[in-house]
Amino acid sequence: MARRVLVTGADTFWGGRMVQALEADPEFEVILGLGLRNPSVQFERAEFVRTDQTYSILSRIVTATQVDTIIHTFMVVDSTLVARRALHEINVIGTLNLLAAAGASGSPVRHVVVKSSSLVYGSSPEDPNTFSETSMRSHPPRTAVERSLIDAEGLVHDFAVDNPGTTVTLLRFANVLGTDIVTSISKNLSRPVCPSIFGYDPLLQFVEEDDVVRALEFVTRERLPGVFNLAGAGRLPWSEVASICGTKLVPLPPLHPRRTISPLVTLGIFEFPPELEDLLRYGRGLDTTKLTSAGFEYRYTSAGAVGSYIRAVRLRRGAGRPPTSYIYEHDVEQFFRHSSSVVGSPDG
Amino acid sequence: MPERKQVATRARATTDIVPLRIPADSVELEDPRLSDVDEWGRSEHMRALLRQLYEPVYSKWFRVEWEGLEKIPREGGALLVANHAGAVPSDAPVIMHGIERELGRPVYGLADYFFRRAPVLGTMWARTGGVSANPDNAYRLLHEQHQLALVFPEGTKGPSKSYTDRYQLRRFGRGGFVEIAMRAGAPVIPIAVVGSEETMPVILRLPRLARAMGIPYFPITANFLMLGLAGAVVPFPAKFKLRVLDPVRFDVPPNQERYSRSRVMDEAERIRNDLQETLYDMLRERRSVWFG
Repeated sequence: MARRVLVTGADTFWGGRMVQALEADPEFEVILGLGLRNPSVQFERAEFVRTDQTYSILSRIVTATQVDTIIHTFMVVDSTLVARRALHEINVIGTLNLLAAAGASGSPVRHVVVKSSSLVYGSSPEDPNTFSETSMRSHPPRTAVERSLIDAEGLVHDFAVDNPGTTVTLLRFANVLGTDIVTSISKNLSRPVCPSIFGYDPLLQFVEEDDVVRALEFVTRERLPGVFNLAGAGRLPWSEVASICGTKLVPLPPLHPRRTISPLVTLGIFEFPPELEDLLRYGRGLDTTKLTSAGFEYRYTSAGAVGSYIRAVRLRRGAGRPPTSYIYEHDVEQFFRHSSSVVGSPDG
Repeated sequence: MPERKQVATRARATTDIVPLRIPADSVELEDPRLSDVDEWGRSEHMRALLRQLYEPVYSKWFRVEWEGLEKIPREGGALLVANHAGAVPSDAPVIMHGIERELGRPVYGLADYFFRRAPVLGTMWARTGGVSANPDNAYRLLHEQHQLALVFPEGTKGPSKSYTDRYQLRRFGRGGFVEIAMRAGAPVIPIAVVGSEETMPVILRLPRLARAMGIPYFPITANFLMLGLAGAVVPFPAKFKLRVLDPVRFDVPPNQERYSRSRVMDEAERIRNDLQETLYDMLRERRSVWFG
């Protein structure tokens, strides 16, 4: 059956990737991308709609386009990217409005996929070595991004209870590394020196960006309901990650590492968001058997994701910046999609 | 961005030719690891190094003797439980070293969260086979990975007790170790240890100082009084004797939501009594603290 899909955050990394992945499959008949700014990647046949960050016009779009699937990729999981206030607006209020539109009476939406993060499990010494989807956090969240993600997940959970007829999928991703994604961890690893906390060498798990997109696509295609952890197989100490990436670890004092490093963070030498502190002490492990037993196959292990990331960094270092070939022009895109003069693909 | 665009088109082109699903077993994922640290943080390389360093302590200083080592299975999960003593307990490294040396299989030592919280110590402890005593961790080790896990049910109450209470087993917590073994379907193997109490006898405890420092207990030991600061790390050369008791199996189905509280407490109490009786037996036979 042909499906009509709406992707949030189409102007961001994940939304853009997701739209491109869906475009390749004719099963997804209509693809709508929602975003705050112009998309940075070229869409073949997807339509792009500009909206504000809390999706106030979403219910009208849903009714007008009769989309049956919403893929909510626009969740901020790195607090260095947006201001604290915007974090709450995007993660909590955005999700709230999105779900309100999806759950309105007469709504055509039958499947909601939400991209969350393993940050919701936190990181503390009392944690189990491996979190399964049903594991509880050991302590209440202390960072803004964790709080907002937990709030958003609560909304998703309530939505699933209130709308038994709609399939709800929630994916919790481990820290992502890959060829293109930029996170505070990837920024740190790309520099000659990288922060660590003295006396701690936590075990971390990573997932490669292609596996993230493939997983989102997989659960969308299979209409899998429920919560799923996502991470590459195996985990490795932070020191090993640093040596694979060829960066030197700079140990920060175990007491108040953030306060010590804050001048360097201000200068842009290090990235050290609050959610990174506990992770760099205690690490985090995820049980990923639920999604693999549903048939998903990873292409990268945790160490493989680190390897993929550092190969891309080396290429960028070696080859210099490629020319920008694509700039979104609203009128041009509309022309290609809707003008009767266009008879073929613009790229031949 | 041209390179991303190209990747996308290439991917599309290949999906037309190559079937999308590749059978799982035919794919060997690349895994560029540099160290052998496992998911528990244990590194066999570090362990081997430590074994080399610890071997003289084990065989020359403590002159460890085992009895009934054959009762510990060579494969499959089992929960080893032992009495715990000495301000900085030597029983854990002795048991782990002995079993790894004699049976050639790793032992994961479960201990208080305190270790994981402590910088340096926590990392060293994890690299050499330490795991925090979370029930989920024990279950994963025993049931899913079929490993040996070592636990001291007395917890910190064992090593913090004063020398006048030597070889008097403390309370076995709430019997959590029995419940984990039941849930994991693994046997409990009790090990009685004689010698540990005398390696670092606790003369005095300073609970307020311990609380201020955020550690479970702060003991003043005989070693400290005799050797000064070196006493914090140098144990007395007491003769170690270990006796492995018969494995205890519970005829209950594994993986249950919960197990009868009273049954769990009864089993824990029974194991505690057996261990206590064995300790008395061994002490009856012991002629000298230093020569066994």
